[in-house]
Amino acid sequence: MEKKLLRLTVNGQEYEIYINPKTLLVEVIRDYLGFTGTKRGCDTVSCGACTVIINGMSVKSCSVLAMQAEGAKITTVEGLEDKGKLHPIQKAFLDHGAYQCGFCAPGMLMSAKALLDENPNPTTWEIREGIEGNICRCTGYNSIVRAVEAVAKGNYREEHHE
Amino acid sequence: MNKYAVINTHVHNVDGIAKVTGRATYTFDVKLPGMLYGKILRSPHPHAKILNIDASRALKLPGVIGVVTGKDTLGVKQGIWRRYKDLCDEQILPVDKVRYIGEPVAAVAAVTEEIAEQALDLIDVEYEVLPAVFEPLDAIKKDAPEIHEGFERNINVTRHIEWGDVETAFEEADYIREDWFKCGGQAHMCMETRAAVSSYTPEGKLTVYSSTQSPYYMQGLLAGVLGLKEGNIRVISHYVGGGFGGKFELDGAIFCSAVLSMKLFRPVKIVYTREEDFIATKRRTPMYYYVRTGVKKDGTFCAREAKVFTNGGAYTGMGATALYLTGFFHSFPYRWRGYRYDGYRVYTNTLPSTSMRGFGAPQAMFCSEQQIEWIAADLGLDPIEMRRKNGHYPGYEVPGQATIASCGLDQCFDEIQKWIKGKGKLPEGRAIGISACGFMSGGIFNWFDTPYSFSSAVVTINQDGTVELYVGAQEIGQGSNTTMAIICAETLGVKVEDIKVHSGDTDHCPADLGAWGSRQTLMAGNAVKMAAEDAKKQLLEFAQAKMGINIVYDLDIKNRWVHIVARPERGMDYFELVKEALRGKDGQRIVGRGYYTPHRKGMISPAYSYMLQGVEVEIDRETGKIKLIDSLTAHDCGQPINHLGLIGQLEGAFSMAAGYGYLEYMPYEDGKLMNPNLVDYKVIRATEMPEAAVAEIDTYEPEGPYGAKEAGEGLTNPTAAAIGNAIFHALGLQMKECPIRPEMILKALKEKEEKEKEGK
Repeated sequence: MEKKLLRLTVNGQEYEIYINPKTLLVEVIRDYLGFTGTKRGCDTVSCGACTVIINGMSVKSCSVLAMQAEGAKITTVEGLEDKGKLHPIQKAFLDHGAYQCGFCAPGMLMSAKALLDENPNPTTWEIREGIEGNICRCTGYNSIVRAVEAVAKGNYREEHHE
Repeated sequence: MNKYAVINTHVHNVDGIAKVTGRATYTFDVKLPGMLYGKILRSPHPHAKILNIDASRALKLPGVIGVVTGKDTLGVKQGIWRRYKDLCDEQILPVDKVRYIGEPVAAVAAVTEEIAEQALDLIDVEYEVLPAVFEPLDAIKKDAPEIHEGFERNINVTRHIEWGDVETAFEEADYIREDWFKCGGQAHMCMETRAAVSSYTPEGKLTVYSSTQSPYYMQGLLAGVLGLKEGNIRVISHYVGGGFGGKFELDGAIFCSAVLSMKLFRPVKIVYTREEDFIATKRRTPMYYYVRTGVKKDGTFCAREAKVFTNGGAYTGMGATALYLTGFFHSFPYRWRGYRYDGYRVYTNTLPSTSMRGFGAPQAMFCSEQQIEWIAADLGLDPIEMRRKNGHYPGYEVPGQATIASCGLDQCFDEIQKWIKGKGKLPEGRAIGISACGFMSGGIFNWFDTPYSFSSAVVTINQDGTVELYVGAQEIGQGSNTTMAIICAETLGVKVEDIKVHSGDTDHCPADLGAWGSRQTLMAGNAVKMAAEDAKKQLLEFAQAKMGINIVYDLDIKNRWVHIVARPERGMDYFELVKEALRGKDGQRIVGRGYYTPHRKGMISPAYSYMLQGVEVEIDRETGKIKLIDSLTAHDCGQPINHLGLIGQLEGAFSMAAGYGYLEYMPYEDGKLMNPNLVDYKVIRATEMPEAAVAEIDTYEPEGPYGAKEAGEGLTNPTAAAIGNAIFHALGLQMKECPIRPEMILKALKEKEEKEKEGK
C-alpha cells in the first residue's frame, strides 16, 4: 500500500513521517516515534492502556488510525512531566500508590488528566466514570480515585505548571 | 507509635517514578538490534494427532526468516514439578498430538509482526482429529478418551489429607450437612500479556527478556528444554505487567522465541494478543466440590469430609500444588476433630489450569464459608460466634500439618461485629455477607528440586554509603522491591533513598524461587534482613574500635547515625564510618550475605495470615444484578512493612476476588472459550468497585522479618463466599456455583417461589 505523509505534534514536538495509511495511532506513537510509555493491553478498545490526549480529549490510541490525527496535538505520558518536574497527577499517583505493576498507569494518568482538565472539581462518582474505560488489574481503582481527588482538592496546586 | 524508622512509614514505591513517567521498560517494550517478530500457529482442535506440518509455503513469503515446529526441539516434556517426572507432561511445541484449542503447533519469525501473522496462514498442518472430553466428571469415565498415555481415567494427580478419627467425629455430631459446589475458572488477565524477547548468540549464550514471576524458574526450565547450562542462560525481567500466579511456568512466548532465536541466531520477540492470553496460557482451576460437615447443636465443629474433582485441562502446570492447597485451606481457619480431603485432578481437552492468586483457596472458601453460614442458619446460631468458637488461635496445631504461631482471628471477629452493628438496618434488597479465611506465607515444598536456598540476598555498601541490594525476589507490581528496600534500610539504619535494589536479572542477582505463594515478604525479607545484618556487623566492628568504647556497650545505626544504644547522643555519622571501614578492609566494599530456607515448619508454610471479611451487597430482584456497596476486611498480616503497598495489595486483591465471585466467567463450548476478549470477559471497573477498607489486627509473627507475614494474596480467598452469603441473607438463596451470575439468581428465585407455592 502506498505510504502517506503524516504530520502531527507529540509532546510539543512536530513530526513528519511516511506511514501505511492503515497504521493505528498507537503504533505510530510506540513504534515510529518511540514513546513506549503508552501501552497496549487488548485488541478490542476495552482496556485503556493506550489512552493519550488528542487536542484536549482522552482517546484510546488503538481506536483511531494515525492518519485521523493529521495535524493534531497529542500528549502521551512522557509529555506530562517538564524536564524532570512531575505533573501534579504524577505526584498524586506516587503519594497514593495509585499503580502497582504500572502497565495501566500511562493510560490511566492520561484519562485522569483529561477528566480534571474538563472538570476540575469532579465528584467521586465522576472520577470513577472518568476512568471507567481504563482497566487496572492491580489496584482495585480506589487508590487512583484518591489520587485524582487529592489533585482536585488542590493538594498539589502550588506546584502546578503549564 | 511506630517503633521503626522506616518500616510501616509512608514510602513511595522505589520504581514509582519510572512507572508514572513511562520510563519503565517492560518486555513488551524491548527492542533489540536486528530483532525479528514471532507468531505462533495454534491448534483449532481440542484433541488431535499431528500427522504432518508443511511450512514450505510460509518460508517462501518475503520477510519470513524461519519456522519451527516440535521437530526443531529436543522434545523434552517439561513441567514445574521437576522432581516428579510423570508430572512433567508438556511439550510446548508438541511433537505428536495437541490436547487443547490454542495449543502451539508451530512458530514463525519474520521481519515484521504483520508478515509473521500472514505466514501462519501458509503453514499446512495435517491433523487426525481424536475424540475429546472437556469436563472432569466425564473424563474420569471408563470409556473416556485417553488424553495422556498411562493415566488411568485421565486422573493426573490425587491428594489425600486426613487427621483425627473422622468417622467417630461425625458420630459425635448432632447435625450433618452435605452440599455439592461448582467453582469456575478465572483468567489472570495481566495487563501485560505474555511476552518474551530471546537472543541466542554464537558464544552459545541465550538472553531472554520475559514477563515472569520467577526469572530463576525460567532459567532452570529453559536449560532443561533447550539442553543448555543454566549459567549460559540469562533471564531479565525488570518490569512485569502483572502476574497473579500465571507467569511462573514456561509459556509459549518464552519457549518459542528461544527456539526460533537458537535456530536463526537473531533476537526474536513474541507478544501474545489478548485473545492468545485468554485461550493459550493457563487459568484458575475450576473445581467440583463435595462437602460434608458435622457439628454439634451448640455449633462446635466435629468433622469435615471433602471430595474435589478439578478440571486440570491438558497439562499439569502448577495444578498439583493447587490441588493440595485447596484441600488444606478448606479446613481453615477452623479446628476439626476429624478432617478428610480427597482431591482428584483430572485431565481434559481444555486450557490447562494452574495457580492463581489464592492458589486453590478461593474455591475452597466459596464452598466452606457458605456451607458454614447455612449450618448456622439451620441451627439458629450466630454465624460470627459459631465461627469464633471454632477458630484457630496462637499455638494451635493443625494435626500433622502446621503449627500456628501468630493468629489474630479472634480480634477480626470483634472488628467485623462492630462494623455490622454500626451499619444498623440496611435498605430493602441489601444484606451483608461475611467470610473468614487464612493463607500461607510461602510454601515449604521443593518440587522444583532446587539446590539453592529458597531466598538469597547480597548487600554491598559503596564508599559513599550508598547500598546495592541484590535480590532474586521478583517485582511484579506487588511492591517487593520497595518492601526489600524498606527491610534493608531499617536493618542497616539508613534511608530508603540510600538503597538501590537490583532484581529481575539472573546474571547479577542470587537465585530465589520468585514471586508466588505469598513467599517473598517472609522468605526474601528474611534473607535481606540477614544480609543487611551481616554488613552492619562489619561496620559496627570498626565503629567499636574507632570509638574506643567499653565492649559491654551495644552499638546500633538509625537514621544514618551510628551510636551507643544506651547513650544515643554518643556516636558518629554513618557515611564517615563507611569510609573508615573500607580503609580497614584494604579498600574492599562491605559485602553482606543472607539466605532463607524454611526448616521444621510443618508441611505447608512457615506462617499464616488470618482475616474476616464483610461485604455489603445489593441485589436487584428484577434483573438478578449484583452491586457491591461496601466492604471491610479485618486483617492480620503480622507487622506491616510497606504501608502504601499493603493498602494497594489488599484493595487489589478484593477487586480480583469480587470478580471471581460474580463477574469473571469462562464459558467453554466443545473445548472453545466463548469470550476470549475484554468486551465479553468482564473484570471489575472503577464504577463497580466498592470501598475495600481494612482494619489491621496487630500481631507479631516470630518467623517473619520484623514480625511480618503474608498479605495481598490471602485476601483473594473470602470474597466470593461473602457475596454468596449476602445473597443468602438478602433473598434466602443458596448459590452453589461461582461466579454467581444474574441469570442464576433469577432462576434460583423462580425455583424458590415455585417451591414456596407448592408448600402452601
